[in-house]
Amino acid sequence: MATKPILSGAEIILECLLLEGVDLVFGYPGGTILPTYDALSKYPQLHHVLVRHEQGACHMADGYARATGKVGVAIATSGPGATNLVTGIATAMLDSTPLVCITGQVPRGVIGSDAFQEIDVTGITLPITKHNYLVTDVSELAYTIKEAFFIARTGRPGPVLIDVPKDVQNQKIEFEYPEGEIRLPGYRPPTLAPADDVAAAVELINKAQRPIILAGHGVMMSGAVAELRELAERAGIPVALTLLGTGALPEEHPLVLGMMGMHGTAASNHAIQQADVLIALGMRFDDRVTGNIKTYSPDSKKIHIDIDPSEINKNIRVDIGIAGDLRTVLTQILPGVQPTQHGAWLNQIRDWQEDSDERDIIKRDTGNTLFGAQVINDLWKFTEGAAVTVTDVGQHQMLSAQYYPHQRPATMITSGGLGTMGFGLPGAIGAKLGKPEEEVWSISGDGGFQMTLCELATAVQENAAVKIAIINNGFLGMVRQWQELFHGRRYNETVMFSPDFCKLAEAYGIPARRVTSRAEIEEAVTWARSIEGPTLLEFVVEKEEMVYPMVPAGADLHAMIRRPKPDEEEAK
Amino acid sequence: MVYAQQTMEIQPRKKHILAALVENKPGVLNRVASLFRRRNFNVDSLTVGRTHRPHMSRMTIAVDATRGDANRIRQNLYKLINVIDVAVVSNEPHVSRDLALIKVRSDDADSRNQLTELCERYPARIVDIGPKVAIVEITAQEDIVESLIAALEPIGILEMVRTGVVAMGRGIRILDSDYEPVMPGAANGNAVSIV
Repeated sequence: MATKPILSGAEIILECLLLEGVDLVFGYPGGTILPTYDALSKYPQLHHVLVRHEQGACHMADGYARATGKVGVAIATSGPGATNLVTGIATAMLDSTPLVCITGQVPRGVIGSDAFQEIDVTGITLPITKHNYLVTDVSELAYTIKEAFFIARTGRPGPVLIDVPKDVQNQKIEFEYPEGEIRLPGYRPPTLAPADDVAAAVELINKAQRPIILAGHGVMMSGAVAELRELAERAGIPVALTLLGTGALPEEHPLVLGMMGMHGTAASNHAIQQADVLIALGMRFDDRVTGNIKTYSPDSKKIHIDIDPSEINKNIRVDIGIAGDLRTVLTQILPGVQPTQHGAWLNQIRDWQEDSDERDIIKRDTGNTLFGAQVINDLWKFTEGAAVTVTDVGQHQMLSAQYYPHQRPATMITSGGLGTMGFGLPGAIGAKLGKPEEEVWSISGDGGFQMTLCELATAVQENAAVKIAIINNGFLGMVRQWQELFHGRRYNETVMFSPDFCKLAEAYGIPARRVTSRAEIEEAVTWARSIEGPTLLEFVVEKEEMVYPMVPAGADLHAMIRRPKPDEEEAK
Repeated sequence: MVYAQQTMEIQPRKKHILAALVENKPGVLNRVASLFRRRNFNVDSLTVGRTHRPHMSRMTIAVDATRGDANRIRQNLYKLINVIDVAVVSNEPHVSRDLALIKVRSDDADSRNQLTELCERYPARIVDIGPKVAIVEITAQEDIVESLIAALEPIGILEMVRTGVVAMGRGIRILDSDYEPVMPGAANGNAVSIV
């Protein structure tokens, strides 16, 4: 029997990361995590990305995880290092991203004494992690890390935090990586659906006259993309997507109606309201998706399939609720589904789509005024629709969902649930480092970009060739839109000064250009793509652009505020 | 286009009792309490104690909720990694008990006579008595405890403490205890207090 190596806690952390298949971590050193950073030089296979703020580490790990499907890893020190992770952890929690965050903690002997840079990070992150740990002895460390990765990536994925006191990192022990499967008594994610639920779902689907599929993030998480397509195509069912469900089916697919909800397409929202059978797959009826739940899809029988049992009947009462792995459950359902066509229903949907086409700003001549929608749509055109877009939060985010039709899973990376401004740039860096072969565009507004722009330095240091587009309207655009609609155009604190973004980029050594008219977009995008490292394009756009359609918060889903048709606008 | 209002079935709120078998690890009570706070569920009472297995504790949680909410609470509790099994005990035939210690005035013959009489009518007894006060103990179903408290009120209650409800399903149905700890160090039999 080979002798087991004696390793320090710090070495065990890094050894376990390698054994979990990690080759890239994002972090920031500090006092209590120093032993782990000291051990880094012994593990050259593990590449560490030095961020400029711990929030960036979390968002990068998040973008990395969403782009690659692997678990993202962020490392920070105790105290402020750990609290800086909080927004990033919450972002990952709300969007079910698998993350493992490792934080240093003050030595065990002084825990609870308000020592320098001591904070109860397991207490702070308790409600925003799937699970967390304070490791109190080095003998528990290897098992804890293995368990953390298991919990992060299985079931409904999510962030897991491991807090490791400095003296535990220095403790030495015979290292043995726990063999075999993790057994957790209280953790058994559901898989199969009960046969009678499957039969009932099949019957509803086969009898439907006006069915609609609502496809969410879970479709991609469970790897059910092919099963979704099979169900939709065989039974002729149109598919509406959630924001995070973007890419579950190509948006050019004739059955895809685009996004649903607050800024969803009119076709999606009307179809949901008039459907007789609603098939919700791997989504959670967020309030941004449902509008007023009392009037939501009132005439439909509802089937809801999700891995998380606590999501069933949480917001919307359903007729058939199945807690299970979506791919497995769809595989159970598919054999019973009969080939069907819903000609009249699809014709009705076409009418809604044609009405929307008439209102679309893309087809209008807007003279010298550049609109964000046009920028995003031209970006789509000149990147051949093939880029991974990582957005911030606000108008440009909704425009990216509407005007950059995504064709593949994991190409629209965005903070959906938490709506974290500042996610875009670090998220894009993480995505690019995880998928260097992809063209990655970070799309931000002038507001969100300024929240995490310090990560420009990280992009340069890592030579992460992200293409950065700033849609600059001089406002916090989405808040301004709400002020215009609901607060009598009182633009309190939404007008925003910004630095000269091009000069700023140049200060970091990043080539940059400013675009002010539509005619310049093609040349600028082509130029940005021709440069090897990171580049930045600032698009100066209309200040008071509106994102349409819009369902006001809490309003009925069909009560959309629409962009007027051209003749209606003239009549005004 | 006019859409019908969805008719939401209104469920009555009533008392529900949940039992949760949890791993005996630091912070578990905190996780459960945090869950109730952030999901906006109201706890009537929460009790926790060891079981016959040192690595497991059992909680009984009484909530004022609709049946749907009670079910949501069960699912959310089960999502906690350290919760091994959970059931809404009050949905099935069950036994529940609440224990109260009630300190009452006993400084005259009348009050003493009343106390003795009440202890005969209720499953209660006097566990401490002095010239001025007595302590009455009762272990019973919660409504019976409430009834005794109401009966003692006129005599003069000075202080009171209750354990909160503990409950167990009748018959052979039990919470899943088919679990042995796997984490090194956790199986040494020295149960760590989870509080």
